[in-house]
Amino acid sequence: MQETISFFSGFTPNDLWFLGEAALRTLWISALSISIGTVLGCAFGWMLYEGKLAATLTLAPVLDVFRSVPLIIQLVLFYNFAPIVGLDLDPFGSGVVILTIYTSALVANVARGGIEAVERPMRRAARSLGMSYWQDMRYVVLPIGGRAVFPAWVGVALGVMKDSALVSVLGYVELLKASQILITRTQEPFLILTIAGAFYFALSFPISRYAAKLEKRWAQ
Amino acid sequence: MFDYNFHWRPVMKSLPDLLEAGLLTLQVAALSMVIGIVIGIVLALIRMHMRGPLYWIATSWVELARNTPALFQLFFFGFGLGAFGLHLSPFLIVLAGLSFNCAGYLAENFRGGFQAVPDTQLRAARSLGMTAWQAYTRIVIPQVFRIVYHPLTNQLVWAVLMSSLGMLVGFRELSGETQFFASRTFRIFEYFAVTAVIYYVIVKFILGVSRLLAMRLFRY
Repeated sequence: MQETISFFSGFTPNDLWFLGEAALRTLWISALSISIGTVLGCAFGWMLYEGKLAATLTLAPVLDVFRSVPLIIQLVLFYNFAPIVGLDLDPFGSGVVILTIYTSALVANVARGGIEAVERPMRRAARSLGMSYWQDMRYVVLPIGGRAVFPAWVGVALGVMKDSALVSVLGYVELLKASQILITRTQEPFLILTIAGAFYFALSFPISRYAAKLEKRWAQ
Repeated sequence: MFDYNFHWRPVMKSLPDLLEAGLLTLQVAALSMVIGIVIGIVLALIRMHMRGPLYWIATSWVELARNTPALFQLFFFGFGLGAFGLHLSPFLIVLAGLSFNCAGYLAENFRGGFQAVPDTQLRAARSLGMTAWQAYTRIVIPQVFRIVYHPLTNQLVWAVLMSSLGMLVGFRELSGETQFFASRTFRIFEYFAVTAVIYYVIVKFILGVSRLLAMRLFRY
């Protein structure tokens, strides 16, 4: 009766399903925070542009903090801060909150750059044609400025998608956390990490290529 | 208001250790930047002037570094290489991961920089009797440096922020040290709050120094 007990089991097709689910969670949390963060960021960018002195003194330093502190520290800090003020947030909730603010801090600068990219004379022309302020924003600044900074925005969005891997420190099982769990069980780090990396790459590479192509076409 | 007592004393007691760890963070970031710059220049030149296998190696390096999460790259150097019996120390994992990442991002910056210097300048320098090496080091590189100076500064800031991932592979730089103390005292929020401040100061310090340096370097 001498049977060796193995604590590890090999990589099975079932585990691919497990990784796939985790990949969907990565997509979900990044899509959620990128979309909310972009809307917030555009609002902040507009405030930075219009608010001039008031915004430079108040909003800009606050947004600056989120760009100057590592995301991982922000996540841990907020996750441990939420219970102190009586918020009951799970890892997913905290992750979304911080990723959203982080995105909006990055997008704010992009958005401001976009508004600044539209020359003054163009906007004056729009206003003197009888457009209201918001019509000018919607029909002149958005299409022209938006084009100018669209590649930068894609860069930010892809960055956030990649950075969403950090939510794993809070215990949210997204792709990288799932692959770590599998590595612990199967002891096949190379294979599993390659699969996880391939997923990120397959998502990020075509989008960044496409954005670069658009940028080149629009530059002409 | 808060149902929580802040305890700052343990943090203050270990502040010297944290500051020392902050120095380690700076060191590993600076070192990886130096390695990243050297490899980045080589990658950029290969991608501009060569065809064949070298081109494909350089291109896949750049695209892999830019399109996968930094944390994934660290895990790969940490666990992935273990599959080949190559076990790096936490310091080497972080250094290798950061250098890999920096080189990938910087290669694109350098490529842009090299392309911005017209070919005619190199030819003019050569026809004045300079050797290729002289022409590059005296004519091309100084101009490229001016173009990539700000991207370089940004990349250094990113390297500092990214080095915080060291905490997940057991490297005791600023974040790892904080994690270590926090898990000993359970004063997680306090420790990470102080660490966030230290990171902020480091980043502002780097940006300030680089601005002063730029004023000194680019007077003409």
